[in-house]
Amino acid sequence: MPEPARSILLTVNGALMTVAPGTTVAAAVAMAAAGTRTSVSGDPRGPLCGMGICFECRVTIDGVPHQRSCQILCAPGLSVTSTERAAAADTGAQRRP
Amino acid sequence: MKQHFDILVVGAGPAGVAAAVCASETGRSVALVDDNPAAGGQIWRRGGHLPEQARTWLARLDVSRVMRLQGWRVVDSPEPQTLRAEQNDGAGSDGNCADFGYKTLILATGARERFLPFPGWTLPNVMGAGGLDAMVRGGLPIAGKRVVVAGTGPLLLAVAAHVAERGAQIVAVCEQASMARLARFAARMLREPGKLMQGAGYGLAMGPMRLKTGCWPVAAHGSNRLRAVTLRQGAKQWDVECDHLACGFHLVPNTELPAMLGCRMAQGFVATDAMMRTSVMQVYCVGEPTGIGGVDLSLLEGQIAGLTAAGRTAQAKDLAPRRQARLGFVRALHNACALDPQLRKLAADETIVCRCEDVRYAALRQRTNWREAKLHTRCGMGPCQGRICGAATEFLFGWGADSVRPPVFPALVSSLANLPDGSAGADARCVAAGIFSENSKETA
Repeated sequence: MPEPARSILLTVNGALMTVAPGTTVAAAVAMAAAGTRTSVSGDPRGPLCGMGICFECRVTIDGVPHQRSCQILCAPGLSVTSTERAAAADTGAQRRP
Repeated sequence: MKQHFDILVVGAGPAGVAAAVCASETGRSVALVDDNPAAGGQIWRRGGHLPEQARTWLARLDVSRVMRLQGWRVVDSPEPQTLRAEQNDGAGSDGNCADFGYKTLILATGARERFLPFPGWTLPNVMGAGGLDAMVRGGLPIAGKRVVVAGTGPLLLAVAAHVAERGAQIVAVCEQASMARLARFAARMLREPGKLMQGAGYGLAMGPMRLKTGCWPVAAHGSNRLRAVTLRQGAKQWDVECDHLACGFHLVPNTELPAMLGCRMAQGFVATDAMMRTSVMQVYCVGEPTGIGGVDLSLLEGQIAGLTAAGRTAQAKDLAPRRQARLGFVRALHNACALDPQLRKLAADETIVCRCEDVRYAALRQRTNWREAKLHTRCGMGPCQGRICGAATEFLFGWGADSVRPPVFPALVSSLANLPDGSAGADARCVAAGIFSENSKETA
């Protein structure tokens, strides 16, 4: 089965990217190597449930904050901002509180 | 804005689709409200292989006259026989909210995964088993990635098979249940030919079986994202490097909306009669919220409710014995997925249990019940409203859920006040109950 054309152009944290139709915003954020939100004590978070329940995948879409990125499909021209920018190099140490 | 329907169905998984299609085919006006971008629920999610059964039902939905409201989440019931919903991608600062009136309501709200806290489980790339599958179907590239699948339940093999098919390298599939327990379940499955073949298919797709029983993750490692997982099986403990950990401990029913509407519950599930009627007049409940039983049972329950609600009682009664015959599977699945008590020791004192409010295990273990924990620690008070940590603390501490109050999902103040779109201005973005208020120290 040929891969569908990557025809949707959007920005994630200011960087342009193209994705295939049917791609969720959560997947686009992951493809941009970004996390989604920062927890109340400052730790990076990414999607957990993938189905709109856990609210870990919240991002800002077109200026509207707290959107569940797993429940929203990419559309042409969307501007997505996550608080967790491209992750720094992994130091191998487990994060401690 | 308020629209009226004879029958309103909430949830477009197999149960909801079957209910809506059957009711609509009798000529009744039917609307189907669903939180996801497309119909099919979690089990018939697009972006990958769909079984024949799914294609058939979704095609029936496509040609039906069902009014489809995809990407709407129900937040409240502002008055009797009315649900209020918000549109997920309601662009702009004013959102999009509407009321749906009904004569009969069919709740098919499905189930979610149970997550158990262990050190490192909050790291990015630690997801649910179904969670990873949903992300992959939503476009997450998985080819060449090293994946550990863990937890319990039939979902693990299905997820491992699917991501393997997409080119992922399955490092291990860890099922917490013992081999003896699985064998008993497998013996029971011999009486369910369709399901056994499905299981065999998963085994084949995954290649050499890397299934470990009585095995679970005890820690996830990494700084900004997952790098490795420590697995334990009996006295043996070892580390594996991986890119994703897909970990879910079977399913818990989404009963918040039925509970808010006052439906009687029994042992954590919505109680119904043989025709799927709840204790509330003109409210039916079908699928996983009445007992975790999988697609086939959900389809039967959806058809029974859809036909009964549309007045086709005789047709519905013909299906009731087939449903009855499948209820044994619900019990078998429940027993097979019973959690090993040792899993209660996974969380360390500093392990976060409530991910929304970063409440740690040490703060919770001195509390005596869910309500006290909420009041003293903010556990379960964040945007997920305890959907994740509630199921965890139920297992960890034996706490029961509180009563459910509206809104059942975070909602805009303008939606709750039923203000005209936008009239509350930008401040309406501060949602109910201070969930995203500045007090929560969070920015987005």
